[in-house]
Amino acid sequence: MWGRLNWSAIPFDQPIVMVASSVVGLGILAVLAWIFHKGYLPYLWREWLTSVDHKRIGVMYAVLALVMLLRGFADALLMRSQQAVALNAPGYLPPEHYDQIFSAHGTMMIFFVAMPFMIGLMNFVVPLQLGSRDVAFPTLNSVGFWLTASGALLVNISLVVGEFARTGWLPYPPLSELAYSPGVGVDYYLWALQISGVGSLLSGINLVTTVLKVRAPGMDYLRMPMFCWTTLASNLLIVAAFPILTATFAMLLLDRYLGFHFFTNEAGGNVMMFMNLIWAWGHPEVYILVLPAFGIFSEVFSTFSGKPLFGYRSMVVATMAICILAFMVWLHHFFTMGAGANVNAIFGIATMIIAVPTGVKIFNWLFTMYGGRVVFSSPLLWALGFVVTFVIGGMTGVLMAVPPADFVLHNSLFLVAHFHNVIIGGVLFGAFAGYTYWFPKAFGFRLHEGLGKAAFWFWTIGFYVAFMPLYWLGLQGMTRRMQHYEVAAWQPWLLLAAVGAALILVGIVLQVVQLFYSIRHRAELRDDSGDPWNGRSLEWSTASPPPMFNFAVFPHVDGADAYWAAKRGEREKASLGPEPAYADIEMPRNSATGFICAFFATIMGFALIWHIWWLVGCAFVGAFATFVVLAWRDESELTVSADTLAGLDRIHRSARAAFLQKQATS
Amino acid sequence: MSALAMDAAGPAASGPRAVDEHEHGATKRIIVGYGFWIFLISDIIMFAAFFAAYAVLTDSTAAGPSRRDLFEIRTVAIETACLLTSSLFCGLAGIGATYRERRLFYAGMAITFVLGAAFLFLELREFAGLIARGAGPGRSAFLSAFFALIGCHGIHVTAGLMWLLTMVAQVFAKGFRDDVLRRMLCFGLFWHTLDIIWVALFSLVYLVGVSR
Repeated sequence: MWGRLNWSAIPFDQPIVMVASSVVGLGILAVLAWIFHKGYLPYLWREWLTSVDHKRIGVMYAVLALVMLLRGFADALLMRSQQAVALNAPGYLPPEHYDQIFSAHGTMMIFFVAMPFMIGLMNFVVPLQLGSRDVAFPTLNSVGFWLTASGALLVNISLVVGEFARTGWLPYPPLSELAYSPGVGVDYYLWALQISGVGSLLSGINLVTTVLKVRAPGMDYLRMPMFCWTTLASNLLIVAAFPILTATFAMLLLDRYLGFHFFTNEAGGNVMMFMNLIWAWGHPEVYILVLPAFGIFSEVFSTFSGKPLFGYRSMVVATMAICILAFMVWLHHFFTMGAGANVNAIFGIATMIIAVPTGVKIFNWLFTMYGGRVVFSSPLLWALGFVVTFVIGGMTGVLMAVPPADFVLHNSLFLVAHFHNVIIGGVLFGAFAGYTYWFPKAFGFRLHEGLGKAAFWFWTIGFYVAFMPLYWLGLQGMTRRMQHYEVAAWQPWLLLAAVGAALILVGIVLQVVQLFYSIRHRAELRDDSGDPWNGRSLEWSTASPPPMFNFAVFPHVDGADAYWAAKRGEREKASLGPEPAYADIEMPRNSATGFICAFFATIMGFALIWHIWWLVGCAFVGAFATFVVLAWRDESELTVSADTLAGLDRIHRSARAAFLQKQATS
Repeated sequence: MSALAMDAAGPAASGPRAVDEHEHGATKRIIVGYGFWIFLISDIIMFAAFFAAYAVLTDSTAAGPSRRDLFEIRTVAIETACLLTSSLFCGLAGIGATYRERRLFYAGMAITFVLGAAFLFLELREFAGLIARGAGPGRSAFLSAFFALIGCHGIHVTAGLMWLLTMVAQVFAKGFRDDVLRRMLCFGLFWHTLDIIWVALFSLVYLVGVSR
C-alpha cells in the first residue's frame, strides 16, 4: 500500500536530525498557530497564496529564498565545524550524514536560494521597469512559483522522512545509480528538481515573453533599463538550458526506476555522457544566476552615482555575448575526463574569452562612478564589495581555465573557494543589493541603513576569512567533501575558515535583526515619494508599494532613464503636468491553480520517491483536474474602474507634488 | 500566400480587435502564441538532449541487437503517414475554430484523434514486439536511448490527445470563446511540432538505422 515507505524511514536513532527537524517542525507549527490565532489565513489566501500579481509572487520568491538561505547556511556551519575538528578523528557527523549535508547544501543554495532570489527580483522589478501592468502570463507565474516551492518542500521533507542524496549537489553516476545509491536520497533529489525545474522553465518563458512583448509605449529595446536586458539574457538561458537538465534527470530516473542503461557501468552505458549533459545545463546556469546580478549592480551603480550607466550599449552587447558564450564552455568542468589536448585547449580558450565581456562590464561600472556624486548607501556597498570579490573570483576562474592547472586543482578546495567566490561575491551580493534597493518599493519603507552596513561588513570580511584559506588548502592538495583528514598542517586553515563562517553568521543575524527592526520602526523609515533613492527607471515613478495595476496610465517613454528625464522636466516646469485621462482597465483575477497544482505535484513527487503508485495516479488526476477547472473559468479578469484608478493615482500624485515642492524650496 | 496566412491568423487577430488593452498593439493572441512558441523551442531542446544521447549510444549495443536487426520500416512508415495526415486534419480543425464552423472543427478534431491514437497504437505494438524479442530498454544502452527518445515523443502524443479531448469538451461547453481560440492556436502549434520532431525521428533514427 505505501510502497517503500515505513517507520524505518524516520531516523529516530540520529539525535542531530531528530532535534533539528523537531525544532523546524515546532517553528512551522508556531507560525501556523500564530496565523490561525490572528485570523490571517483568509488574508493570506486571498492576497498572497492565490495572488497572480507579479509583485506579490516576486516577494514570495524572495521569502522562500531567504528561508532556504538559513537552511542552507545551517548546513554550511555543520560542514565547517565538522572539518575544524575532524583531524585524525571522526568528528561529530557520521560520513553518511555528512555526505547528505554537503549535497543538500549545494542543492539548496543553487536551486532554492540563488534561483528563487533572482527570479523573485526579476518578477518584482521587470514589469515595473518596463512600464507594464503585469507579466505576460500571470497565472502561469503563480504556477511556476508554487512548483519551485514544492521542490523546496520535498528537499526539506527528506530531512525527516528517508534521506537525501549523498552524491554531491550534482548526482554523478555511477554513484547515483541504483547499484550504488539504493536508497531514496537520489530520488528525492531528482523529483524535487524535476518539479522545481518545470517551475523555472515556466518563469523563464514568462519573463522572456514579458520583456519582448509587454512593454510601455516607447520603451524600445535600447531604452530598457540594464536589468531588463540581463533578465532577458538570463531567461533566454533558462529556456535553452533547463530542458537539458530535465532530459538528463529523466534519463537518470529511467536508469533508476526502469532499468535503463544511460549512465550505468553495464550494457554500454556512458557515464561521461552525464557529465557532458549536466554541464551543458550547469554552465549556463552559472550565468542564469549571475546575469541578473549584473543587472542589479548596473542599476545600483547608476542610481547611487547620479549618472546614466556608462557604456550602456557595450553593456548590452557584453550581456548578450555572455549569453551565447555560456553555452560554449561546459567541458571546462571536467578537463580531467581525458578528451585530449586539443579539445581541452579549445574549451580553455573559450572559457578565458568570457573574461572579456565580463571585464567590459567591470570597467563600465567603475566608469559609471567616475565623476559621479557617489552615495555610499548599503546597496552601493554590496556593489563595491562585489566588484572587488568578483574580480578575484574571476581571476581564479581564468587560472583554472588553463587545463594543466586544472588537472592539479580539479575537485580540490581551490575549486570550492573559486565558485563560492563568484557565487557569493556575485550572485548573493547582487541579491542583497537588490533586496535592499527595491525593498522600499515593495513595502513603502526602507531597511535600516546602519544594520545593513554592519551586515555587509560582517558578510564581506567573513567571506574572505572563510574562503581565502580554502584556496590555500586547495593548493596544498586538500580535496573537497572530506569528512575527516590526517594532515595536521590543514587544521589551522580549517579553523580559520570556521571563524569566517561564524562572522558570516553574525552578518546573517544582523540581516534578520535589520528586517524585524525595520518592520517595527517602519513609520520612521517610511518613504511617501515612491522614489527614495532618486531613481532613474520607471519603477520609481509609481507609489510604494505599487498599486495592483502598477501604473494608472501607461507611462510614455521617450528615451533611456525614463523617470529621470520625466523628473527633470517636472522640476523645470515646477509642476507634475496636467492630470492624465483615466480609463477602465482589466486585470487578471486571482487563481488558486498554482497553489493546488503544487499541492498535487508535491504529493506526486513524494509518491514517486516512495513507489506509491496509486497515489501517483491520484495526484496526476488531481493536477490535471485543477487545470481543467482553470480552463473552464468564465471570468478570468476583473475590471478596475477609472474612478478607482484616479483615486489611487491622485494620492500618489499629491505625494509626488509635495516632494517636488520640497525639492524646489530646499 | 499572405492572404492565406491572414486567414489562418483569423478574424480574432485582425480588424479592430487587434488594438486591445495591451500596449503598442501586442494582442493577447500574439502574446499567448509567442509565449507558446518559446515553450515549443524549449521542448525541442529537450528532444535535442535525447537525440544527443541516442547519437552517443547508438552503437553501444552490448553485443545485443543493433538498429538493422530491429527496425521494421513498413510499420514506421504507416505510423508516419498517420501522424502527418493528422496534422492536416488538425489544421482543418483550426480553420474550423477560426471561422466558428462547429462541424468542421469537430470532424477535424475527431480524425486527428483517431490518427493520433492509431499512431500511438502502432508505436506501442512496436515497443511490445521489441520487448517480447528480448530487445527491451534494459538490454543495452542503445535500446535505452531508443526507447527513451521514441517514448518521449509518444508521451507527447499522449499528452496531445488528452489536450485534444479537453479542447473539444471546452468548445462543446463554452463555444468559440476568445480564450478557447487562443488555446486552440497553441494546441495546433503543439501538434504540428510533434510532426516536425517525428520527421527528424523517422529520418535520423529509422531511415538512417536501416540504411547501414
